[in-house]
Amino acid sequence: MTVSDPKHDVPEGAREKDQITTDPSNPSERMRAGSMTLTLAPWVIATVVLIFLPMFFTSNSTLTIMNQMSITIVFALAYNMLLGQGGMLSFGHAVYAGVGGFACMHIMNMSDFFETIPLVILPVFGGLFGMGLAMIVGSFSTRSAGTVFAMISLGVGELIAACSVIIVAFFGGEEGISGDRTYAQPFFGVEFLQQIEVYYLTIAWLVISAALMYLWSRTPVGRMANAVRDNPERAQFLGYSARWVRYYSFIASGFFCGIAGGLFAINYEILTEENLNTASSGVILLVTFLGGVGFFFGPIIGAIAFTLLQTVLSLSTELWAFYAGTLFVATVMFFPGGLAGLIMMHVPAFKLGKASGLVMPYIKTLLPGAIGLLGLAALVEMTFHFRHAATGDVEMTLFWTTFNSHEILPWIIAGAVTVIGLGIAKVTAPSLKEAWNEANTAGGAS
Amino acid sequence: MSTPALELTGLKKSFGKAEIIRGIDLSIGKAERHAIIGPNGAGKSTLFNLITARFAPTAGTVKLHGENLAGLEPFQINRKGLSRSFQITNIFPAMTVFENVRCALLWAQGYKYSFWHLVNSKRDLTEGAEAILDQINLLERRNLPAGTLSYAEQRALEIGITIAGGADVIMLDEPTAGMSNTETDYITDLILKVTAGKTLIMVEHDMGVVFGLADRISVLVYGEIIATGAPADVRADARVQEAYLGAALEAEH
Repeated sequence: MTVSDPKHDVPEGAREKDQITTDPSNPSERMRAGSMTLTLAPWVIATVVLIFLPMFFTSNSTLTIMNQMSITIVFALAYNMLLGQGGMLSFGHAVYAGVGGFACMHIMNMSDFFETIPLVILPVFGGLFGMGLAMIVGSFSTRSAGTVFAMISLGVGELIAACSVIIVAFFGGEEGISGDRTYAQPFFGVEFLQQIEVYYLTIAWLVISAALMYLWSRTPVGRMANAVRDNPERAQFLGYSARWVRYYSFIASGFFCGIAGGLFAINYEILTEENLNTASSGVILLVTFLGGVGFFFGPIIGAIAFTLLQTVLSLSTELWAFYAGTLFVATVMFFPGGLAGLIMMHVPAFKLGKASGLVMPYIKTLLPGAIGLLGLAALVEMTFHFRHAATGDVEMTLFWTTFNSHEILPWIIAGAVTVIGLGIAKVTAPSLKEAWNEANTAGGAS
Repeated sequence: MSTPALELTGLKKSFGKAEIIRGIDLSIGKAERHAIIGPNGAGKSTLFNLITARFAPTAGTVKLHGENLAGLEPFQINRKGLSRSFQITNIFPAMTVFENVRCALLWAQGYKYSFWHLVNSKRDLTEGAEAILDQINLLERRNLPAGTLSYAEQRALEIGITIAGGADVIMLDEPTAGMSNTETDYITDLILKVTAGKTLIMVEHDMGVVFGLADRISVLVYGEIIATGAPADVRADARVQEAYLGAALEAEH
């Protein structure tokens, strides 16, 4: 046994004193104070950045993208309360956001009631409706985790999505439900006619929801959600019903999904079947996994990355979904920790102060690798153009270059770039690996 | 005589046609340290699982402090003051050592399913968990993921988790299985220390541990208890010698 107690040589009286005062020399006290600043810093920075972001991105379309991002972040964080923290894989989670959103649309259309409430509190109603649905569905779906839970979530998701064309009064059939947010009571004179006003409403809810979800993970029920995920049997023998712990997580997740739905309603003023269907549920799973389920901030990164792919990349190529899918498969296969996992992988190297040793090897491998991948993407695009462009349309523009996709030369160039780029990356990869091992080993270089 | 801490009456368990536990009557008094021994496949772990409602018995009753446990779920039995460890280490490997113990404290300290308390700011949880870590000598390992501890340390942690909730009936399933001699001695001392004043029921193969710890011993053979009594009596019992102990003692030497 190597276990030893450092406190054994401390006199009895001193030890007790140590436990009742906030002695800064007590390691646990010191760590708590330190971690407090560490936890608060990212929140403050993120809030400040969000507040000042519109000064740099002034166009309405950018604001729309940022709003979309914020909504996706709330939704993905809520989804990760189940997937990452509770170990429950839901395939039909769009319905909780969707139902919350539809409820908000109906409230918008109840003009007598709607004009008495400020728009800013509308998402709360979305949250309550999402929570209500989660209470009903969760009462039977959270009995077990794993495959049973996943299948029930898929079934219920399909069921409610199918209801959209059956219960027309609530879901509005194929046209969906639309409304007008500006009928609400002005909030300190703000009527939310402009995109920028909606932006600030959205980020306010983003920050509040994210903070609440983070705090939830620090409560007894949030901690036990982790415990039940890792080892439900052990949790049972600690006095906790695994089922009730899952149920509470499910309800909380439903609430924040509903908030996301309410924000969607405010931003787009229309909800349709698309907000409920399996495709939307699939997207949120993809976003969350891409960002990384193991860390609280994972879904945030995932939502930002995915929204950028969806909006910016879709402007430049019709094949954006193909690239998003490829990225998702690559993430699952090679980086199951997601983007957040990739970032956190570097923490040990930073702690050892050796992260700078990784910069050059990264450039040597990743730069040619990226160029090679762009070459590969060019080949994909050219193939797509070659096969699907209208007859006679042989001109295509790629990377600011216009050329004839039916000639051989562009193919040779793209092929060569791919082979050379990926080839260099392959050659330099071993030295990157070496540098990686070196950066993660304590002690001086040999 | 006061109510026994744990009382088993006519307890039976069959899996299909196989009768694993064939009618067990056993009464374990308060603050008694009781060991259950027996050859492999005698049904010791099954008996544990019946008591803690991991399995439902085919017939018979289990009473904790005179209260029938029939139909209760494991978490309900745990709340009544019965806690157990497992034959195969059963902890939360991804969590830190500290957090493992803190999770074990949550229910007992009355936090239940609270979402209006923050665990980090709760002095009673932090200090309670540190006191347990101090008892099981894992204070230095506080912030390591539990899965990275050595085997003996993980077993010690599981004992810590088991006792943390303040249960007065502690059940340990082979706490020293697979340990070296020094590790076994260490864990034995630890068990003595942390279960003082509590009822202890343990399954154990190591005869040294059994005779060193137990006030009474029950010998389980093919789903039946063939002898119960003080260590010296059990050692002298002819049937026990024949069925099990002789062979085991010989193997020890």
